[in-house]
Amino acid sequence: MENQVPSSVSTPRRRIVEVLLGGGLFASVVSFVYPVLRYLIPPPVADLGGDEVVASKVGDLKPNGSKIFRFGTRPALLLMTSGGEYRALSAVCTHLSCTVQYRNDLHQIWCACHNGLYDLNGRNTSGPPPRPLEAFQVHVRGDEIVVSRKREA
Amino acid sequence: MSLFTRVQDWLDERFHWAELIGPLKKKTVPIHKLSYWYFLGGITLFLFMIQVCTGILLLLYYRPGANEAFESVQYIMTRVQFGWLIRSIHSWAANLMILTAFAHMFSVVFLRSYRKPRELTWLSGMLLLFLAMGFGFSGYLLPWNTLAFFATKVGTEITGQVPLIGHSLMVFLRGGEEVTGATLTRFFGFHVAVLPLLTTLLVLIHLALVQYFGMSVTPGVEAHWNASPGEARQMKFFPNFLLREFMAWYIALGVLGALAAILPWELGTKADPFAPAPAGIRPEWYFMFMFQTLKKVPAKVWFLDGEVVGILVFGAAGLLWMLLPFFDQLGRGRGRRLIMGAGVFALSYIIAMTIYGYMAK
Amino acid sequence: MFLLLVVLASAGTISAQAQNTCLDCHGALDPPLQVTEQQFSSDIHSQKGLTCASCHGGDPTKADMDAMSKAAGFRGKIQRSQVPELCGRCHSDATFMRQYNPSLRTDQLSQYKTSVHGKLFAKGDPKVAVCTDCHGVHDLRPASDTRSKIHPLNVAQTCSRCHADASYMKGYAIPTDQFAQYSTSVHHDALALRGDLSAPTCTTCHGNHGAAPPGVDTVQNVCSKCHVFQDQMYQKSTHKAAFQSAGLPGCVVCHSNHGITHPSDAKLGAGPQAVCMRCHTPGDRCDQARVEMLSGLTRLDEAFENAHNVLGVAESSGMEVSQARLDEDQARDALTKARVTIHSFQKELVNQDIQEGLKLAAKNLQAGKNALAERDYRRRGLGFALVFILMVVVGLFFYIRQIEHREQKT
Repeated sequence: MENQVPSSVSTPRRRIVEVLLGGGLFASVVSFVYPVLRYLIPPPVADLGGDEVVASKVGDLKPNGSKIFRFGTRPALLLMTSGGEYRALSAVCTHLSCTVQYRNDLHQIWCACHNGLYDLNGRNTSGPPPRPLEAFQVHVRGDEIVVSRKREA
Repeated sequence: MSLFTRVQDWLDERFHWAELIGPLKKKTVPIHKLSYWYFLGGITLFLFMIQVCTGILLLLYYRPGANEAFESVQYIMTRVQFGWLIRSIHSWAANLMILTAFAHMFSVVFLRSYRKPRELTWLSGMLLLFLAMGFGFSGYLLPWNTLAFFATKVGTEITGQVPLIGHSLMVFLRGGEEVTGATLTRFFGFHVAVLPLLTTLLVLIHLALVQYFGMSVTPGVEAHWNASPGEARQMKFFPNFLLREFMAWYIALGVLGALAAILPWELGTKADPFAPAPAGIRPEWYFMFMFQTLKKVPAKVWFLDGEVVGILVFGAAGLLWMLLPFFDQLGRGRGRRLIMGAGVFALSYIIAMTIYGYMAK
Repeated sequence: MFLLLVVLASAGTISAQAQNTCLDCHGALDPPLQVTEQQFSSDIHSQKGLTCASCHGGDPTKADMDAMSKAAGFRGKIQRSQVPELCGRCHSDATFMRQYNPSLRTDQLSQYKTSVHGKLFAKGDPKVAVCTDCHGVHDLRPASDTRSKIHPLNVAQTCSRCHADASYMKGYAIPTDQFAQYSTSVHHDALALRGDLSAPTCTTCHGNHGAAPPGVDTVQNVCSKCHVFQDQMYQKSTHKAAFQSAGLPGCVVCHSNHGITHPSDAKLGAGPQAVCMRCHTPGDRCDQARVEMLSGLTRLDEAFENAHNVLGVAESSGMEVSQARLDEDQARDALTKARVTIHSFQKELVNQDIQEGLKLAAKNLQAGKNALAERDYRRRGLGFALVFILMVVVGLFFYIRQIEHREQKT
């Protein structure tokens, strides 16, 4: 058959198909592989913020000082007592959910919204709050202060 | 000599490569009006391979455990580069895979491909379908969100209603009396180790059987081609049908990507075992028809508990469905008509009850 | 013999802690003489071992009318005029009360004498409240019991029995709409709807035994117990001196005393809810400051709403915005803080808080915009990938055609 083009010769039509297929394959494979490669690189922040959070570094807090940090989806309070002990509590007031703060003049935790007061263990001592603040566990790991939820058995 | 040919020669010198792939090269696919249905099995396989790949990628960041599971999925969705893509593809492909698996199964029923000698292919395929649904059920819990938690609670509760073994089965599934972090760990083990192992074995068996028996044609086409052999049309599997399969697979990839980018899978809220169940819990769509049926069965059927009757009926139906090929030869054509009727009924029932389940909220 | 002793001993304990034969007859009588065993057993006095004779005198061990013997000190019905002194006989005796509850106050009677009720009582008014009107009698429960008439949830109802009764209160020069007003207030909602027992009821501001309205110049001391910041600002403001010299009660002028509804920014406006313009002249320095403060608050509110909506769009497109939602709480707090600062009546201070709030709202808006940008980036990436996929699919289509064309010809 004389008018059949041998398969080794490229007609313009074959070129188009080759480019389309080859180029498309290459480009599409790149568009699949690129996200996967990026995915494999660990993100800079490795901590999930779920049940354990690095709240601060040793030395950041002074005695009778405090810091608000994020724990999970809610704010939490890390404080250092005058005796140098770390305490971590939920910073969500049990009255109407305002964010509480540490008052270093009163040595108590205070809620600005309706003048509620809690002691350093989180117990509600005066004002509207009906329940104590949830207490968390604090561990010092190297130079990091790690706050975690109290684990049940 | 092209690279391709050089590699083939290298393999042939060591493994008799040409002999090994010889039968594969001879494989043909019959071409007729209903040939398009042949794609479904391949697409299901392709989606399964997607699941394995995205699943392994997710494994790099997922943490199983009631304290961390939800947060790790949230992490994947928000912090990991393209994590949202991998996770959404995994969730969408899971649902599409079960859909194509069901479609593949029903196409086999209506095209009557289950007939002798392919009974074991049907059986292995049915087992694969159950495994796929098991994948869906176990995987659904892993993000540990409210909907999944309660859907698992309800689902395992229903399992507990099976007579005699129900309670033990439920405790086995839950890793205890209630759905807890232990359930999550157990489901994780099922989802990433037990089920993949069983599925891989069955897929290999299933594919080997398909390979061995070749593609079946409907009795009508078979008769026609026996009468006039000249009209029989076959297509080579390599490369013709395979290239077409690749087209279908690529289109499926495009669909998955679009779904992941435009309709990303929801994260939900973290499960709280002590909170009351939210309104409108329901299982994933592929369990909906069973769930809705159980809801509608009256409380007491005769002297038996309604739910137990429902479960037993579904159990019996599943068993009979697995044994479908063995009914085919009953009586002259009676078995065949029975199976066709059952197929139409089953498909309509599943579709109707699924729609009903979603509308009835 | 031993058995008999046991039976006698148990018989004694069965009829309450102490023998109380009065209830044998009075339980069967019709009101107003009726006092049933069931009723009296719920009374705290009965539970502590007191009997009818503890207040009414007589001999509770005798049966029938012998119990009501004058010789045993029987007093019969206690007159209203005798009630406070009778209750006070025990309740003002610290030594006596110590054996039951050492931490119970014993100044109720002396407080009562300073109250409006007490003062009118001393003048012989038979209509004013005495102990039994609020505490009940014969089925008196402690305040911590939710069924008690003086449980915080029930106090307003108890006071309203007289104070909302216009015909009963005729002759006294005070309004009778307090309960109706209070029922519309945020404090009532907090108490009755949310069950927040820390919310104020009548006695919180008026006192219970020493009940009297807080003075015009001291009412803000009452409010400031909870609303600390607002009071601090008010004390330093121009309004404090102005109101004091005009004899106007601090917080009440703008917020009212009983019907304290949830304040809205409309208070700063010029409409029906506006409070500033009741005194100030339109166009004066204060009116201008008011306009500035209101516009600042409105701007902050709008900025916050805007960020909220953008985040909503991003969320419904499937973007993950939980961190930004958390930050929205902070922005909302800033808005609340600005509204508290209004009480300083200094537009510079208010403006400071508004600026801080606007910064936060801007941050949230940015987060929302970033989420939308990310969404668009994803869709663009998808577009590219789909184009490549289409190229492959179309290429395959033609390639297959080519191969099969060739195969046909051979």
